[in-house]
Amino acid sequence: MTTHLPIDRMIDVDRGQISREIFVSPDYHREELEKLFTRAWLFVGHVSQIPNPGDFFVSRMGDGSVILARDTQGTPHVFLNSCRHRGMKVCRYEQGNTSLFVCPYHSWSYTTDGRLQGVPLYRTLYDGQLDRADWSLVETPKIHEYKGTIWASWDPQAPDFMTYLGDAVDHLDQVLDCRDGRPGGSEVIGIHKWILPANWKFAAENFLGDTYHNPSHRSVDMIGIGPSAQRGQGGRRDNEYNNGQHVWVSFPQGHGVHSVLMPEQFDYQPSYMQYPIVEEYFRHCFHERQRRLKDKARIMPFTGNLFPNTSYHGRQPRGLCVWHPHSPTETEAWRFFLVDADAPAEVKDVLRRFYMRYSGPAGMTEQDDMENWLYATASSTGTIARRYPFNYQQSIGAYKTGSPLPGDVSVQITEQNARNYYQVYARYLKGDDWDSLLGRSTHPAQQAAE
Amino acid sequence: MSATLDRHGLAWFQLKQDVEDFLYAEADLLDQRRFRDWLDLLADDLVYFMPIRRNVKFGQHDEKENTRQGEGISWFDEDKWTLAKRVDQILTGVHYAEEPLSRVTHMVSNIRLLDASPSAEDAREVTVGSRFLVHQNRVEYETYTFIGRRTDLLRRAGASWQIARREMILDQNVLLAKNLSIFF
Ligand code: FES
Ligand SMILES: [Fe+2]
Repeated sequence: MTTHLPIDRMIDVDRGQISREIFVSPDYHREELEKLFTRAWLFVGHVSQIPNPGDFFVSRMGDGSVILARDTQGTPHVFLNSCRHRGMKVCRYEQGNTSLFVCPYHSWSYTTDGRLQGVPLYRTLYDGQLDRADWSLVETPKIHEYKGTIWASWDPQAPDFMTYLGDAVDHLDQVLDCRDGRPGGSEVIGIHKWILPANWKFAAENFLGDTYHNPSHRSVDMIGIGPSAQRGQGGRRDNEYNNGQHVWVSFPQGHGVHSVLMPEQFDYQPSYMQYPIVEEYFRHCFHERQRRLKDKARIMPFTGNLFPNTSYHGRQPRGLCVWHPHSPTETEAWRFFLVDADAPAEVKDVLRRFYMRYSGPAGMTEQDDMENWLYATASSTGTIARRYPFNYQQSIGAYKTGSPLPGDVSVQITEQNARNYYQVYARYLKGDDWDSLLGRSTHPAQQAAE
Repeated sequence: MSATLDRHGLAWFQLKQDVEDFLYAEADLLDQRRFRDWLDLLADDLVYFMPIRRNVKFGQHDEKENTRQGEGISWFDEDKWTLAKRVDQILTGVHYAEEPLSRVTHMVSNIRLLDASPSAEDAREVTVGSRFLVHQNRVEYETYTFIGRRTDLLRRAGASWQIARREMILDQNVLLAKNLSIFF
């Protein structure tokens, strides 16, 4: 199973060069959909969106609509949202509760565990021909719930989710755990969905660890929109990480994060200063978290991207994004905003207001990201432009494996996370086996750096 | 709706005319990019709200179609401080989503006076319904059209009005624009 496209010539991480073709060409777009999005674990939703039997939430995986449904027995499933008869979109409501999914076209109906139940005029028209058991909704062979988040894969051979996540788990935990260190406990308070005229990988790469793009946010940093802005704090969020060591960590499975490793002893740094009740709450959470997590409390999250297209913001703001490819130059972006489910109402209100002014198409920070991703995509589509690769030489070789944290760790701003990401990406496009996709066979670039 | 309002009286038509003029002038300030002058038209306790709209089953529209002001996530649910920040950001000259500035035209139509209190003759607050069609063109090829319904609460401020509440119901589910970097 090898690709007909010369992916190795597109991606040269040793020299730090990646062709623009993989960002603009319809051929690579098709390859991604067929070889990457059909295998990788993808984020589909959160348990707080389907708390009860019969609850459903319509999500996306790659270029397809899927239904995340909790069956009447309480088990979650992910189904392709397309009728087995003529393909009609079975469910066109975004969220709800039902005992049956009834197809609008010819009224076949499916139970919440996906089985075909009702076929109109079955006796007269289909008896002896149609075996209902063979025509259930198409279901992902793999589904996994982790601390409230639900993930799925279309590949029956996919490794279990925790193996796929690997050591990135310590960073994802900082997003999913309660602010006081209790495991899990988040809820989704709202979702943004919007169309972005850019290649999806620009967004993924942004969260993977492109800290270098900070100057593009100069305008929001000049005006100050953080939760202590009215108390004179500049910038777009509170500075919670003074004296911390910024780390950019990449993992063999393709994930990359930007986190901060705080010193062995570190104290609370005032945040949310314009809201005394909220400030008090986060001060309390800080001390509880240190007590509970001990040494692990030293890891504080900025951003990350779990291979291939699930990104996160860890604290200010806090949420998960999924970048769904529509075409090489168009992406449907979804953002799930998170808070601790049991946080006081005042805290949730301050957070949601901050999230809205920071994030997404109406967010004062991310509007500038969107502008950059659009025009970087558009101006790479030209015939001459496509002959010239992008430069990925930043901090090449400047990382250590396993120190001070698991993974390949850089303590300076780096494109190593991106180089690693595209190396893994190339393996998917070549149709490699799971050992290779999980980075279990050593590859030359890593050897050279060690 | 105040029971005492005479919807056919001269005062009603004069008030409607006055409010229409105000809304057209307001739109013109935005289209002329006079953002600071526009901010002056906003009351200090302004609520500026644009819900996200969802695809729901028949019969659930009142309850579930639109996200609600004051809870969860909407496109906008903010105050004057935040809007002033948005203006400040554009005026830095390095807010790349609006640098270079977009070309924007606000069309306001279907204007109806929904309420006036305490009376049309001496209106201190009016509720106005309208439709908007906002056309945004930026850089070379980017064009977006935003169409929807607006409900404004206007408050008398001397010879003019101030906007105390603006609710904008955009006719989109997935936002078909990369940004909402303009005002509505
Ligand atoms: S397409 Fe669904 S019943 Fe025919
Ligand atoms: Fe950014």
